[in-house]
Amino acid sequence: MKRELVSPTTFNVMVSKLSDILVRALDTPLGYAINWGRIWSLWPVHLETACCSVEFGAASGPRYDVERFGIIEAFGSLRQCDLVVVQGTVTRKMAPRLRMVYDQMPEPKYVIAMGACAITGGLYIDSYNVLPGVDGIVPVDVYVPGCPPRPETLIQGCMLLQEKIKRSKIK
Amino acid sequence: MTSLEDKVEESRKLGLQIVKESEEDRLMTLSVGPQHPGSGHFRFIIKLDGDYIVYCDPDPGYVHRGEEKMCEYRNVIQNIPHLERPVIHDSNNVTYSYSLAIEELVGIEVPRRGQFIRAIASELNRQVYTLYWLAIYGIFLGHSTMFMWPTGDRELFIDLLEALTGARVTHAFNIPGGVRNDMPDGFKDRCIRQVRYFEKRLKEYEDIFYNNPLFRQRTEQVGVLSKEDAAKLGVTGSVVRASGIPYDIRKAEPYDIYNEIDFKVQYMKSGDSYARSYVPFLDMKESCHIIEDLLDKMPESGEVRAKLQPNPKGPPGEAYRRVESGRGALGYYVVSDGTPKPYRVKISVGSFRNILALPYLLVGQKLADMPAIYWSLNYWPVEADR
Amino acid sequence: MSSEKKQEKPAKAANSSSKPSTTAKPPVPARPTAPVAAKPPAPAAAPPVKKEPEPPAFEKGLADQIRKKFGESTRILFIRPLRIKVQVDPKDIVEVATFLRDSMGFDHAESVAGTDYPKDNQIEVIYHLGSYTRDDLAAHVIALATRTTRDDAHLPTLINVYKSVEYHERETFEMLGVYFDGHPRNDRFLLPEDWADIPPLRKDFRIKGR
Repeated sequence: MKRELVSPTTFNVMVSKLSDILVRALDTPLGYAINWGRIWSLWPVHLETACCSVEFGAASGPRYDVERFGIIEAFGSLRQCDLVVVQGTVTRKMAPRLRMVYDQMPEPKYVIAMGACAITGGLYIDSYNVLPGVDGIVPVDVYVPGCPPRPETLIQGCMLLQEKIKRSKIK
Repeated sequence: MTSLEDKVEESRKLGLQIVKESEEDRLMTLSVGPQHPGSGHFRFIIKLDGDYIVYCDPDPGYVHRGEEKMCEYRNVIQNIPHLERPVIHDSNNVTYSYSLAIEELVGIEVPRRGQFIRAIASELNRQVYTLYWLAIYGIFLGHSTMFMWPTGDRELFIDLLEALTGARVTHAFNIPGGVRNDMPDGFKDRCIRQVRYFEKRLKEYEDIFYNNPLFRQRTEQVGVLSKEDAAKLGVTGSVVRASGIPYDIRKAEPYDIYNEIDFKVQYMKSGDSYARSYVPFLDMKESCHIIEDLLDKMPESGEVRAKLQPNPKGPPGEAYRRVESGRGALGYYVVSDGTPKPYRVKISVGSFRNILALPYLLVGQKLADMPAIYWSLNYWPVEADR
Repeated sequence: MSSEKKQEKPAKAANSSSKPSTTAKPPVPARPTAPVAAKPPAPAAAPPVKKEPEPPAFEKGLADQIRKKFGESTRILFIRPLRIKVQVDPKDIVEVATFLRDSMGFDHAESVAGTDYPKDNQIEVIYHLGSYTRDDLAAHVIALATRTTRDDAHLPTLINVYKSVEYHERETFEMLGVYFDGHPRNDRFLLPEDWADIPPLRKDFRIKGR
């Protein structure tokens, strides 16, 4: 019995069940605190898919400076990230890579679709190599329209995502 | 002197286990990108022997959006917005040569004031592009100040362009026949003030970045491209000028108003990463003079746009026109069959030409020199993929 | 008007390749004078003329050099200010390119563009060649064009003459399906790895909804 308990498989199962129980127990009293922690540590993966990355770069520059909101710190391994900002057009060659990146990220993870191309295909709706929106590849939380969106719009999109996380139940 | 084989044989006799590594075991394949802080929308596969790069194979195409095919389904005016998307931070130069080619095909003369405004917008946009490029280069080499300063100063030029065209980065300002609209009131003074301020800033850039011993150590004598090889590989823009060939389309084949403007072609002779990163900086300096000169010589009033038919079309024929963009010569080859839609549009972009030098330069270098070489090639992946 | 004639000429000449000397030769001497005479109705050529008042003489000299060397096998399609277009047969293209590089100083290729002409059942591949080494040629671009059939599109590669065409030819291969004999890598470049359609820049490839 004791040996069974400490064997790696059962131990892992036990821990995950325990954590489930804990999360359920703590949801009501501590949910706010956990969500608050998630809100202020939204770290995006550094995956550029098209030209919106220029405005993404401008957003982290000194004038717009999104880092003062604690949300977009554009460095780090994707295993430490919890946000994908799909920066523009996703082509057929990029789509499997985008999914691969998304699958590697730890839970909880969020997706912002930035730009008209990421939402519907935008200007390139009739191109032979462009996907009509990324929602077929990854589940999108917030859509940020524009071609490209201004940095202010991107910041607003991030804040909407924060609002969404604040109201969500923790998992 | 005994050879290595003899030594191995000898030690085997003594019972020592010495196994010679085969080359296949030693080589490591590394895929850089597309999810990589540096590479952007681009992947290159390199093979490493220890620290040294022995093989490099670029794999672009992650943002291939089929612009050339889309051009065949739209008329010449409808093509402008999507043609500027490959380099949105250099959009006035991208549409510039397209407009020149269509003007040659349709047969339109651009009014004189329109030519000046085009050139001003083009130079301002060159600054925006080069500053963004410089910011990323700063990040590449771990120089965070050089990310913050250029992105901050870039916003000033973006403000100017926003006042001029109405959009932050995607202007769609150059159209066949001139520019979309005239300058706003007070633009000239504002522009001169901004440029004067920027010239002062450039001196600080030089002090903090280009004269930085760490930066010089990382880039000098790294990835040297000789003059002969630069000509053979057909690289363009700042890359070819850094290798000692003073070739600038603005001087070589002056378009619109550039033959009346007095400026020097900036070039260096060493051909290393330092020269390739310094030439765009010199270009920015020169651009400031060009903008001031253009504003000085510009006619006070007049038309900015030639009248066009609703669906402009010319006789069947073809045109190949080039401009000097932030990344070098940018040519449009347009074939018309007499209908409003172009029959074939081929965009010959500087990035696509420069990336040919990447395998050539990387092989034999150390892995740690890769960022300094890669981004000094003035490469923008979205443009190369089109 | 004049450029319409120009457009028809290559098609005719390429179709009846058995007697190119009789069909294509007569217009050749007239070519340099025709665009100059037709300048007023075609103002397209007017802006470059303003910058360099007497360019056609120099370009004519360049064209004469090519014509003297190769005679009937090359056809000069037009001579405009700063632009010359030369059409050659696929079998001659390496020779002509070597001559342009070694004797005339056009040392790099700026672009390689393929154009599909389903009506003639032909694909035209056009190399735009420029010069870094000769200052007087800096503004000039020679367009070296050749045509191959659509069904079996094969052309000799120019990679041994111009190193700079490597990626451009690879792109032309995947976009138009022109196989370059002797090119080390005729494979995928920009398109996705699993692309299983006809080459997208051929005219019979239709994009969705159009």
